[in-house]
Amino acid sequence: MTIKNLIAGGALLAAGILPVAHAGATLDAVKSKGFVQCGVSTGLPGFSATNDKGEWTGLDVDVCRAVAAAVFGDASKVKYTPLTAKERFTALQSGEIDMLSRNTTWTLTRDTNLGLNFAGVNYYDGQGFMVHKSLGVKSAKELDGAAICIQAGTTTELNLADYFRSNGMKYEAITYDTSDETVKGFEAGRCDVLTSDQSQLYALRIKLKDPKGAMVLPEVISKEPLGPVVRNGDEDWLKVVRWSLFAMINAEEMGVTSKNVDQIKKTTKDPGKQRLLGLSGIKGKGLKIRDDWAYQIIKQVGNYGEAFERNVGMGSPLKIARGLNALWNKGGIQYAPPIR
Amino acid sequence: MTEQSNDEAPAAASFWRDPRKRQWIFQILVLALVGLLFAYIFHNTLFNLEKRGISTGFDFLDHEAGFNILMSLIPYDETYTYGRTFLVGLLNTLLVSAIGIVFATIIGFVVGVARLSSNWIISRLANLYIEVFRNIPLLLQILFWYFAILPLLPHPRHSIQIGELFLNKRGLYLPKPVFEPGFGWVLAALGLAVVASILVARWARRRQEATGQPFPVFWTSLGLIVFLPWLVYGLAGFPLSWDLPQLRGFNFRGGLGVIPELFALALALSIYTAAYIAEIVRSGIQSVSHGQTEAAYALGLKRGQTLRLVIIPQAMRVIIPQLTSQYLNLTKNSSLAPAIGYPDLVAVFAGTTLNQTGQAVEIIGMTMGVYLFISLAISAFMNWYNKRMALVER
Repeated sequence: MTIKNLIAGGALLAAGILPVAHAGATLDAVKSKGFVQCGVSTGLPGFSATNDKGEWTGLDVDVCRAVAAAVFGDASKVKYTPLTAKERFTALQSGEIDMLSRNTTWTLTRDTNLGLNFAGVNYYDGQGFMVHKSLGVKSAKELDGAAICIQAGTTTELNLADYFRSNGMKYEAITYDTSDETVKGFEAGRCDVLTSDQSQLYALRIKLKDPKGAMVLPEVISKEPLGPVVRNGDEDWLKVVRWSLFAMINAEEMGVTSKNVDQIKKTTKDPGKQRLLGLSGIKGKGLKIRDDWAYQIIKQVGNYGEAFERNVGMGSPLKIARGLNALWNKGGIQYAPPIR
Repeated sequence: MTEQSNDEAPAAASFWRDPRKRQWIFQILVLALVGLLFAYIFHNTLFNLEKRGISTGFDFLDHEAGFNILMSLIPYDETYTYGRTFLVGLLNTLLVSAIGIVFATIIGFVVGVARLSSNWIISRLANLYIEVFRNIPLLLQILFWYFAILPLLPHPRHSIQIGELFLNKRGLYLPKPVFEPGFGWVLAALGLAVVASILVARWARRRQEATGQPFPVFWTSLGLIVFLPWLVYGLAGFPLSWDLPQLRGFNFRGGLGVIPELFALALALSIYTAAYIAEIVRSGIQSVSHGQTEAAYALGLKRGQTLRLVIIPQAMRVIIPQLTSQYLNLTKNSSLAPAIGYPDLVAVFAGTTLNQTGQAVEIIGMTMGVYLFISLAISAFMNWYNKRMALVER
């Protein structure tokens, strides 16, 4: 018996000696397993939600698809892991997912304390409030003493506390695990107010039984730059994710869309477009992926403007205006470094 | 075993041939290996966390939390530390567990006895209760009590009012007692009454053992405990006032509020666990042979005395160990709280705090340690109680 114990102990000890991750590990692992494991939300219309065919769609999902298109030339090579706000960072840290694209706000703490890297910003948002119209409230300043439904593990919890503190108001925070539960609590009347990023409020409002009975207050109380996140320790992978997003934004700026990309690829004399489509310049070498990576993204996913309009803009039930998310030369702040 | 060859060759059995010594060596070796293994895992974790740039250590407990918690038994606001959120969550967990244990025990005993009733309807109803609540998943029951009952309650502006009690979607609002100077005397009187009752009970028992004369201990104690504090309360000039809840703006302010999350969670835990306790009580009572009852009657004991002095003490020995595991289950099940937003330890500390700081290893470790400690404490108490009950046997 003691001998058996010894062997068992030794085996455990051996199993405990795990290899330490080397640089480029995630990109290599993704390439060899043949798909991208992408963390998304548990269901937020317009950003990441399943459609009536059970396929994941949305602005955040399109980032995952763009990465798959860049690496494999096939945007469908993505597997999705739905995560609550509480679970998301642990899932990424532990390696359960390769990238997180789940309306996640870029903050100093998250960028420095969690062992994660933000790859860019795919949606500029801000926190707002939704109230029942019957309450007769017109401004967030009238919310003293209100009960507020909120999702656990978000920057919204902290912003809310800051806002009420700086305005000398009191509130009661009812913190649920998922955004679905916050909607249920709001609908059941447990709280007067639902707070979240404004884009989410519009998305959650269409989940209500009576969307017209609720309104979003005009105040925006925070900056919420949302973007894809990867683990520390693999800069190659970080760059693939980052430049997949940049390619979408650059394509919109150059007027390259999923419809005209083949045409442009054949005829263009514009050196900028040639570099974008992998006809000249550094191509995919620096990123250690295929040369036509950006072409595949544009062809299969579309440029940023197309993705925006399709998922959250005028082509969707959400009908969110471009606002801050318009390109830098069209009155917004979406801006990507040049591909050259 | 090894003594056979002692007189011939005391030192003949070499160190390695002596099974007892060998056993010791192996034990020590295994222990050392296990220790090394844990040390290695610990070191490896720290190393990898460091390498990935994830913060480690317990410094975060002193940092300002910056978020609000729905319910706190101790003073708390956004300016308190993460360490404080641990205490707030822990106390909320203990509160809901304690309420759950008390009510589950009461309901469980009543239903368990009802299950054995000779009245057909009562025993069937008890049976129905047990089968229904034992066989529906607890999480669903919690969600039911929360999301099914909540919409039925009125908005704060149209609260249901019973005297100074208000009931609405935000919870139950009660007048809150405010103790004024002099109230200490009332508490002292209460303490005195309790001590006096215990003394009376002892004296009555000794007298009954000596003379066989029973004494109405229950009524005497009740009289003492109720009457004495009231007398002092009157003499001290009624040193107690009430803070009444008042509707202001969105909701009631002042008074004592009971949030619906606490209510729903405590209710679901009590009702669910009570179904198990009822079965345990039934099995305990049935384990006492009917001959005991007949013997008690033959000795001239009354029905109530038979139950109290003969059946229950023997049944308790079967009931307590199983009851312990139900109490443990209830406490651990209270960690389903985040589903309905009750701010227990898991929701507050292993939820929000974990997410804001990102220090999963430390926080989950602390949370698991707390549940382990609570469970072991309940276990130790129940074992002590079980031993005490077992001593009754002669």
